[in-house]
Amino acid sequence: MDMSALPTKRFFQVWRRHLLVWKKSAATSLMGTLGEPFLYLMGMGYGLGRFVGEIEGVSYLVYLTAGILAANSMNTATFEALYGGFTRMTRQNTFHAMLATPVRVADVVAGEVVWGGTKSLISGTAIFLVGNLLGSIPSSTAFLVLPVVFLSGLVFTAMGLVVMAIAPNYDFFLYYFTLVTTPMFLFCGVFYPVDSLPQTAQLVVNMLPLAHVVSLIRPLTVGVPLEDPVFHVVALLVYAALAFFLATRLLKKRLIV
Amino acid sequence: MSEVVSATGLRKGYPGRQAVDGIDFTIQSGECFGILGPNGAGKSTTLRMVIGLTALDGGRLEVFGQPMYPEQTTTSQRMGVVPQEDNLDPDLTVGENLLVYGRYFGLSDQAVQEKLVKLLAFAQLEDRRDAMVRELSGGMMRRLVIARSLVGSPELIVLDEPTTGLDPQARHLIWQRLRMLREEGVTLLLTTHYMEEAAQLCDRLMILNRGQILDQGTPAELISRHVEPEVVEIRGNGPLPEAGAYAHLPGRIEKIGDTLFSYSTDAHTVLDHFRNRHDLTCLMRPANLEDVFLKLTGRELND
Repeated sequence: MDMSALPTKRFFQVWRRHLLVWKKSAATSLMGTLGEPFLYLMGMGYGLGRFVGEIEGVSYLVYLTAGILAANSMNTATFEALYGGFTRMTRQNTFHAMLATPVRVADVVAGEVVWGGTKSLISGTAIFLVGNLLGSIPSSTAFLVLPVVFLSGLVFTAMGLVVMAIAPNYDFFLYYFTLVTTPMFLFCGVFYPVDSLPQTAQLVVNMLPLAHVVSLIRPLTVGVPLEDPVFHVVALLVYAALAFFLATRLLKKRLIV
Repeated sequence: MSEVVSATGLRKGYPGRQAVDGIDFTIQSGECFGILGPNGAGKSTTLRMVIGLTALDGGRLEVFGQPMYPEQTTTSQRMGVVPQEDNLDPDLTVGENLLVYGRYFGLSDQAVQEKLVKLLAFAQLEDRRDAMVRELSGGMMRRLVIARSLVGSPELIVLDEPTTGLDPQARHLIWQRLRMLREEGVTLLLTTHYMEEAAQLCDRLMILNRGQILDQGTPAELISRHVEPEVVEIRGNGPLPEAGAYAHLPGRIEKIGDTLFSYSTDAHTVLDHFRNRHDLTCLMRPANLEDVFLKLTGRELND
């Protein structure tokens, strides 16, 4: 196996660089990542929830909070990989600066991926706290969603990096939003159960990464037993690993010319 | 003296163009080696191969006695890189830029802090430690990039056009800093298209054009090998006759644009010839690298 496909411990220094930069604008950044999920919870959880009543035996706000936790981990990681990563690669030449040191492409990618997971964890924790305040996270073991949110962040950052690695410009990301993340946001069980889709659609949707994330998060926040947790975790790990290796390969092609 | 860089038959092609077309050179420990050439000559591609950001298509390249290829980290550990584009971290302060970079070399925060004072003094940025990078002038940024390249205590520093775009004061300060490094025994490899820079800094040079070496040697060797030692430049208010009209003068004479250049070992005879032409301005000077460069790479624009 090509050892340069694997990261070294230097990836941690790449992650620390991102953390240092983030700390400088943590307040604004949190405001941005929290604003949208909070508005969804208010607008749809209370507003729409009045008409929907209960889904799977819980109030719509409780049902939706789990979905928003999942969706937010996807969106936070995706934005970080696409806009943050692309800016660092092109406008700021940060990746080139790193690669002129002993840091390798796989370290850069691993640093980005773990950083994206960290950002998902940070905003997921904030939503988790808000959900507890609103009473929409009834389960006492719901804190277990936090590692899931982190894992989800790893998956979607790695996937975003694959897209970023082949993007000619910022506009290119719209394809990814329209074809990949928005469909997942709308069909993977964030707002309503996947069961309500036609049978064939369910087969496809249940394979998508966000569906696995939702399947892990909702039972944990609602307080019902998990179904096939190992299967969902392994599926997410496979997505993360495949996307990681593909992103590393594509970025090598782009940066080492 | 040992060889720090040794290249044999180095090649790199891109679709539609051979950027580096079989070049051989060696760089000895402690010397300053310059690569001169017009835009597109293959200077930056050569540097990128040396620092491991470009894979070679053919030939051999050894750095510190080890084969160099992309992601060869043991070699990167001993090298400092000053890229052409400023890639300082705009979101970080001057001090943080050095700290973060030191970590990439595996240094502890304490080890970087110990070096910081010296590095900031080297870059003359002692009082800018907490300034954001975007507040710095162009010259300060360059000095910081050079200081950053020193954080891992490199034995070889690779600089791609280190003073392009700087004003003369900033440029002289950088030259002085680079000479300090050379005196400390650091090996320098730089590209430039400023002849003065090459003459000021480089012990040895190679002149590249279209991916091939036209010649290499010390600045003095190159001058004596390719051009006559004395140059007279003749400019007039009106149009000048073609060079052929002066075939009887010693040496050779060329007309470029509105100027005649006479290259010879006997500039006084040339000057005497124009003594009574008060409508002309004659300037006598010793031959320099620019004359060599223009002779070897041609006078037409390379774009």
